Amino acid sequence: MYQIVLIAFLSLCAQFFLPWWTLAIVAFAICYWRSPGAGWAFWYGFAGVAIVWLMYVLLIQLRTDGVFVGRMSELLFKANTPFLPALATSIVSGLVGGLAGLSGFYVRQATTTQIINRIS
Amino acid sequence: MRYTKAIVSILLTVLLVYALNRPWGTIPAFAPLLSPFVGFWQNAETDTAGDEEFTLGGTTEPVTVIFDDLAIPHVFAQNDHDAYFAQGYLTARDRLWQMEFQTHAAAGRVSEIVGDRALELDRYNRRLGMGFGAEKSVKAMMTDARSRESVEAYTAGVNAYIKQLKPSDYPLEYKLLGYAPEPWEPLKCAYFLKYMSGVLALGADDLNMSNVLAKIGPKATKELFPDYPFHEDPIIPVGTKWDFKPVAIPKVPTESRPVIDPITMNWPEHDPAIGSNNWAVSAQKSASGYPILANDPHLTLSLPSIWYQMQIVTPTMNVYGATMPGAPGVIIGFNKRVAWGVTNVGADVLDFYRIRFKDNTHREYWHDNQWKPVTRRIETIKVKGLPNVVDTVLYTHHGPVMYMAGQQPFAKNVPIGYAARWIGHEESNDFLTYYLLDRANNHADYRKALSYYGAPAQNFVFADTQKDIAISPNGKFPLKWKDQGKFLLDGTNPADDWHGWIPAEQNPHVKNPPRGFVSSANQSSTDPTYPYYINWQFAPAERGTRINERLTTMRNATPDSLRMLQNDNLNVRARWSLPVFLPTVQTQKLTGEQKKAFDILKTWRYNNDIAEIGPTIYTEWMRQYMNGVWQDDFPNTDSTTLRFPSFDRTLELAEKDPAAQWFDNVKTPPRENLSDILTQTLQSAVDSLIRLHGPVGNAWQWGPHKATKIAHLARLDALSAVNVQIGGGNGIVNATTERTGPSWRMVVALGSQPKAYGVYPGGQSGNPGSRNYLNMLETWRTGKLNELLFLQSPQDKNARIRQKVIIK
Repeated sequence: MYQIVLIAFLSLCAQFFLPWWTLAIVAFAICYWRSPGAGWAFWYGFAGVAIVWLMYVLLIQLRTDGVFVGRMSELLFKANTPFLPALATSIVSGLVGGLAGLSGFYVRQATTTQIINRIS
Repeated sequence: MRYTKAIVSILLTVLLVYALNRPWGTIPAFAPLLSPFVGFWQNAETDTAGDEEFTLGGTTEPVTVIFDDLAIPHVFAQNDHDAYFAQGYLTARDRLWQMEFQTHAAAGRVSEIVGDRALELDRYNRRLGMGFGAEKSVKAMMTDARSRESVEAYTAGVNAYIKQLKPSDYPLEYKLLGYAPEPWEPLKCAYFLKYMSGVLALGADDLNMSNVLAKIGPKATKELFPDYPFHEDPIIPVGTKWDFKPVAIPKVPTESRPVIDPITMNWPEHDPAIGSNNWAVSAQKSASGYPILANDPHLTLSLPSIWYQMQIVTPTMNVYGATMPGAPGVIIGFNKRVAWGVTNVGADVLDFYRIRFKDNTHREYWHDNQWKPVTRRIETIKVKGLPNVVDTVLYTHHGPVMYMAGQQPFAKNVPIGYAARWIGHEESNDFLTYYLLDRANNHADYRKALSYYGAPAQNFVFADTQKDIAISPNGKFPLKWKDQGKFLLDGTNPADDWHGWIPAEQNPHVKNPPRGFVSSANQSSTDPTYPYYINWQFAPAERGTRINERLTTMRNATPDSLRMLQNDNLNVRARWSLPVFLPTVQTQKLTGEQKKAFDILKTWRYNNDIAEIGPTIYTEWMRQYMNGVWQDDFPNTDSTTLRFPSFDRTLELAEKDPAAQWFDNVKTPPRENLSDILTQTLQSAVDSLIRLHGPVGNAWQWGPHKATKIAHLARLDALSAVNVQIGGGNGIVNATTERTGPSWRMVVALGSQPKAYGVYPGGQSGNPGSRNYLNMLETWRTGKLNELLFLQSPQDKNARIRQKVIIK
């Protein structure tokens, strides 16, 4: 589970200075380094990345009066639901993080032997 | 297998990142937009922090900016350069996207942002000569040291803001449309002026009037399209003596008019609701013994708000008012001694000349009995995602030949093969007028300031603490023979050229008229005794008439009396026409619902208030009535476009000649008269309202029916104010229609210290994520005004002061 914390921390740092998609590289690298299975890798990537986006979004949303988020919900999803943008934001980032994590795991599998995998 | 899984998952990841990182058609790049680090979340503004101090390096001395509770900046600078620098910086901070988008639109550069769906719009603006005109204007503003300094400092201020932006700081619209701001330049200030001229001075009926003339002949044309209206109360009061000796007025050429080429075009949707009100009451009429001035310019309401309030204080001025994002200085406002405002004149400053080319190479054209060279201007339009489009525009001495035969015109009132002669092509230094007004002390300063003004021509109203009030329809007016430009003109005949200008000091003006007030509402500038031709048609007389009748009876006026007049909802058109129309309706032919609607009109007090049903029925009826009277006589066909006579002329006909042949529908066997047409159209108007709203009831109320919308400039409903419940309407003093209305309301009471009030439908911030995006809307909607904080020094104490910022 510490992978989630690592992904969250490192992707947070990366995104302060680098483009948003660096979160995929972080999730990939961490899951390449250590992940017990495909499902776990996807989950680590998804959760690690999405937690950061969701927390940041909630922080912003709670500090403002919600009118703007409602307007954006209307604009992007044709429905004025204040939690839709936050949800969509988390899912979009989570999917990218999850897929990147999954890729990390599979690449690790493809490039190292089964024995090493078992030991780690 | 292991490799396949690795490759497939990597491929999927890369594809997803790629798909989320780029726009798809009109859908923006999703991930950067949703990212809380760089996306729209970053535009959600929290409440402003405490006092700030930051260094930009563009000012010679520190500038202090006080923000009040409406986020309006009050700039205190130690010299003019620093003040304009701060104005540029602060305006950009609140309105950068709007400033850039409007100037991009004027420059024909929208395709760069949205792709080829804006190509025809861009081509139109370029062929109209927006760039040609802006380049000339920027030259003029750079020749005068005062306007040059203000434009350059303003530009530096805007750029100081742009320079510090990271992509995550970009205004929301850049993120939605996926582009970045570019540096500001003085040319963009000129483009902004052209944008305003485009909004206010591009009306042209020349083609349709020529088609009318060809169809019904000169006698009937003169009869149906008179040069002065039936109902009128001109801006310069009737009886005002002209205190000048006019220059020689060009003679009407006797040669026959050119034959018009058949042109396939539809009548353009001219918006008669774009106008404005302004007035000033004299010291004798006011309770305080000092003049009071009011102004409300009507435009197509949009967000971010059209205007931006600001107070600017330097050793040379202390001015407060409405500025326009993209222009230095205050446009409508007041200082300690004077107040001024503007409404549109609507002069005939766009004419079309039929061009005869020597041959198909279009290298020479015939004028004044000789072949003259055509110049070419290459317009390169960048199109997002597509190769550049190169367009060659032919220029004669008249102006650009907007469309050659075979090219599809974008705006339908432009004749193919005709050159456009437009005031927007003229060199003028309009900023200088505002520069001088901002610093004016008295009537003489006002007159001097006005002499520099070019376009779009405005009715400048004025009042000062020396108790003078004045008004002047003012701008560069071409010197023409009477009605020159009512019809298409002959580009080969020098007699059809513009003959110079009406001398600026001979523009119509009046100071302290005996009636004790001055006013304008876009109606005729003068009565027919004015020696020069300005236009043959102006906005209808209703608003002006109502304003003048209320001002005539007004005593002991206060700012509140003027505010109430700005919100007057009386429908003068209905008051004039219903007593003529209702008695002629054949009530025995009406069904139950139609009769109900008729009875509502009978008891209606002609007020366009939110909850009234009368205005809904009246407006729809009159729309159908005008069609019913004129559609058969002036049909738009594949080969000709025509226009209808005015409502004013139609009403005159109904009063004086109800049996006129024009009321007969020539498409039906029986001979109809006024009564038949009124009855038929009332029936069909009620029927269409039933289809729209069901049986007569609350759904018919004017407020919900009109459903005023203040649309975001990028036409995004989610960022607009929709279904705003407010009364008024077209031709009403409170001129709020479905899309247009008072874009700024201001009342200034002069005195030892000016007391001023104002509001606009929106807010100071252009950011939809700010609390100040629409915070003034409710005040505007309910007809109230905010007091405008007129500070004397940055140390002034006031409960409404929220923040102090020092710019170094």
